[in-house]
Amino acid sequence: MTGRGLLPVAAAVAVLAVIPFLGISGSLLNLMIFMMIIALAAQGWNVLGGYGGLSSFGHAAFFGVGAYAMAILQARYGLNAWLALVIGIALGALFGAFIGFLSFRSGLKGSYFALVTLAFAEVARILANSANFTGGAAGTILNLQSGVAFLQFADRRVFLLVVLAFVAIGLLATWWLEHSRFGAYLVALRENDQAAQALGVDVFTVKLKAIALSAALTAASGCLYAQDYLFVDANIAFGSWISIEALFAAIVGGAGTVLGPLIGAIVLLGLGELTKGLSGGIPGLDLLVFGVILVLCVAFSPNGLVTLLRRLGIERRGFPAKTAKEA
Amino acid sequence: MYSPEIVIEALLNGLMLGAIYALIALGLTLIYGVLHIVNFAHGALLTVAMFAVWVLSARFGMDPYLSIAIVAPLMFAFGYVLQRFIIGPASHGKDNSILLVTLGLSIIIENALLAGFQSDTRTINTDYSFRVVEIGPLLLSFPRVVGLGVTVLTTLLLWLVLNRTDTGKAIRAVAKEKLGASLVGISVPHVYAMTFAIGCACLAVAAGLLMPSFYVSPKTGAAFVLVAFTIVVLGGMGSVPGALIGGLLIGLVEAASGLFFGDSLGQIGIFLIFIVVLLFKPTGLFGVQQ
Amino acid sequence: MLRVEKLTKRFSGLLAVDAASLSVEQGSITGLIGPNGAGKTTLFAMIAGFLASDGGAVIYEDKDITGLKPHVRARDGIARTFQIVQPFEGLDVQQNIAVGAYMHTASQAEAMRQAAEIAQRVGLGGELAKASSGLTVAGRKRLELARALATRPRLLLLDEVLAGLNPSEIRDVIPMIRAIRDQGITILMIEHIMQAVMNLCDRVFVLSQGKMIAEGEPAAVCADPNVIEAYLGHGAAARLKLESAADA
Repeated sequence: MTGRGLLPVAAAVAVLAVIPFLGISGSLLNLMIFMMIIALAAQGWNVLGGYGGLSSFGHAAFFGVGAYAMAILQARYGLNAWLALVIGIALGALFGAFIGFLSFRSGLKGSYFALVTLAFAEVARILANSANFTGGAAGTILNLQSGVAFLQFADRRVFLLVVLAFVAIGLLATWWLEHSRFGAYLVALRENDQAAQALGVDVFTVKLKAIALSAALTAASGCLYAQDYLFVDANIAFGSWISIEALFAAIVGGAGTVLGPLIGAIVLLGLGELTKGLSGGIPGLDLLVFGVILVLCVAFSPNGLVTLLRRLGIERRGFPAKTAKEA
Repeated sequence: MYSPEIVIEALLNGLMLGAIYALIALGLTLIYGVLHIVNFAHGALLTVAMFAVWVLSARFGMDPYLSIAIVAPLMFAFGYVLQRFIIGPASHGKDNSILLVTLGLSIIIENALLAGFQSDTRTINTDYSFRVVEIGPLLLSFPRVVGLGVTVLTTLLLWLVLNRTDTGKAIRAVAKEKLGASLVGISVPHVYAMTFAIGCACLAVAAGLLMPSFYVSPKTGAAFVLVAFTIVVLGGMGSVPGALIGGLLIGLVEAASGLFFGDSLGQIGIFLIFIVVLLFKPTGLFGVQQ
Repeated sequence: MLRVEKLTKRFSGLLAVDAASLSVEQGSITGLIGPNGAGKTTLFAMIAGFLASDGGAVIYEDKDITGLKPHVRARDGIARTFQIVQPFEGLDVQQNIAVGAYMHTASQAEAMRQAAEIAQRVGLGGELAKASSGLTVAGRKRLELARALATRPRLLLLDEVLAGLNPSEIRDVIPMIRAIRDQGITILMIEHIMQAVMNLCDRVFVLSQGKMIAEGEPAAVCADPNVIEAYLGHGAAARLKLESAADA
C-alpha cells in the first residue's frame, strides 16, 4: 500500500534523470536546471502554503539566505562548497523558524501572514543591498573552480543530477508528509485550527516545524541557484520574483500534492520560454502568461494540474491530498 | 546636523507626501472595510492610473491635474468591471483565493504595462513641477501643497458620498451586515463592485497628484503597495480616519528616516513599522478588536 | 474527577460567567443546562482551555489545569465537541477521525484502522470515504463525537450534540452516549433537550445569567422554583403552582 504511492515519484525522477543524456542542447539543459531549481523552491513553498494553508508572499527571504550563505561562505571565508550548502540550508531553516516564531506567536494567518512574510523579505533585500558584508549593490561573485569539492562540474549534466537529487529529497519529504502524523496534523490545522487543538494538536509547534522545513527546502534552492550562476545580488536573492515563481509553480501544479510543484515549475517555465520565443522577446510577456494561468487556476481548477493527472489515475491520493479550497 | 529649517521643511514635505499616501490607502482601507478582502493589486492599479495620466500628458498635452477628470471615471469603470466580473467570480468568496487572484492580477497588470511601455521611467514636466511656495522662512514644494489640498477635498467628497447618497448608505449597510443588507434587497455584488470602483477612483486622483513631481514605471506600484498596506495596518484595517492619520505618519517617518539614513535605507523604517504593528498590534491605532 | 471552582469570565465589562462552580463524579453523566445565553458554552470553553478565565480554577484528576493550553488538556484526556460543528472540511470521514486517533499512534495505517472502528461505533461505518462537508447535520454531529472518542478521553465534554437532530435521530444517539459512559468515559454535557437530560444524567447543574443557580438530580432540579423562573421568567413558578392547584 505504501510502496505504490512512491511509484509515480520514482518514475518522474527517473525520466528527468535520463533526459539530459539524450543529447539535448545546452540551452535546453540550462532551462532544465532552472526548472529544477524553481521546482525545489516551490516544493518548499508547498510544505507551508499547500499543506499548512499558510500562503507566504516572501519565500525570497529563505531563498536569499541560502544564496547569500553559499556565496559569502565560499568567496569570503573560503569554505568548502558542500559545507556552505549545509550551512546555507540550516540558516534558511533558522530564519524560517524566526519569522514563524514571531508570526505564529501573534496568531497571524491568511492575508496578514502573507503580507508580513513579504515585508520580511523586503527588509532583507534592502539590508543586503546596502551592507558591506554582502557586497552591497555590487553583489558577490563566486570563483570559477571546477571539481567535485567545489560543486562545479565541467559537464553541466552532473550539476543537473545534483539539483535533481534535491528535488527527489523534496518529493520524498512531501510524500512523508502525506503518510505521517506530522503531515496529518499540519493538514488538520489548515482545515480547522480549533478542532485540531481540541484533538491534542500543538498547532504552534507544528506550524513552526513546517515553516522550518519549508524554508530549508527553499534555501537549498537558493544555494544551488547561487552555485549555478556564481553571482548573487540583493534583487536576485531577495527579489519578489522568486517568491512569486515558487508560489505560482506550487499552486498551478497543485498545492498540497506531492508532484504539484514539480509539474507546475516545468509547465510554467516551459510556457514562459515558449511565450518568449514566439513573441520575439517582448519583456514581461512570460510573467503576464503566468499571471493569467494563476487566475484561471484559482477560478477553475483550485487543485491545480495534478487533479488532471489524478483523474487519469496516475497520482494516487495520500492522506491529506484534498486541499481546503476544494470544499 | 541639519539646521531646524531644513528639518522642518523636510518633515512638512513628508507630511504632504503622506497626504497622497493617505489617498492611496483610503481606497485600500475602504475596500477592506466593505469587502473584507486584501486587494494586492492596489499598487498595480495605481500604476495603471499613473500611466493613464502620463499618456494624456505626453500624447495630448493635458495638464496632469486636469486629467484627473478623465482618468477618475475611467478607473472607476475599470475597478467596477474588475471586481464584478473577475475578482468576485474567480475567487468563490474565499479569502485565500481572493489574495491569490489579486496577486495574479497585479502580475498581469505590471507585465502588460512592461510589454506596452518598456521598463523606462516616465516623468511629466510642468512649469510648476519644481515651483516652491514660500511660507515665512519655509520653502514648500508646490505639487505637494496641491496634493495636501486635493486630498482633503477628496476625503470630504468621499465622506459625503458615504453618508449622503443612497449608494453610500448601501455600502455602509453591506459593510456592517452583509446578510441583512441582501435581505432588504441590496445587491451585494453590485455594492462590492461600486466600493472597489470608488477605491480605484481614489487612485486616479492620487495618480494625478503624484505625476507632476514623481515618475512612473511598470514597477512603481510595487513600491507603493507595501507602503499603502503599512498605512492601512497602522491606522487599523477598514478605518478611514486611521488611513488618513496613518498616511501622514508614514510620510513623516519616510521623510525623517530619509533625512537621517539616506534614501536606500529610509524605506526600511516603513517595513519595520509594518512588521511590528502586524506582530504586536494587528488591530492598528484605530481598528476595532474583532 | 473534574472540579470547577468559582470560574469567572468577563467580555468587556459583561460578566458572562460569574464565579460558577461544578463538579463531575468519575463515571457519571453530568448535565449542564440553562436558558440561552446563560454562559454554558463559555464555561465549557474555559474547561477545555480555549478561553482564558478571569478568575477561579479548573481541577482535573486532582491537578490544577487552569493555565494549560487546550492541546495539553486534550492529551491529558479531556475531549470536547463543538456546538457549531467544526469538521476538517477538506478531509473525508475516516481522515477526520484519524486526526484524533493519531494521539496514541504515529502510524498512519493504525490511525486509519482505529478511525474505521470508531466510525462503526457511532454509525458512520458506511460513510468512511465521504467528504465531511457532504454529511447531514446528524452525520456531522456523529463525526464530532467520533473524533473526540478517537483520542480515547477519560472526560468527554459534549456541547449540544443533540441539537438540530430529529426525534428518531435523538433516539439513536441517546443509547450511544450511555454506551460511551459504560465503557468508563465520564461525560459532562450541555443539553437543551430535557427529555435527554432526564434520561441520561445522574446529576445536573443549572447555569443562569452566568451564575450556578441549582444542582442535584434531574427530577429534583426540574421542580426547583428557581430553575423554573430562570427558564420561564419571574413569577412563573408561583403561577404554575396556582394553575396546578386550580386543576386539582
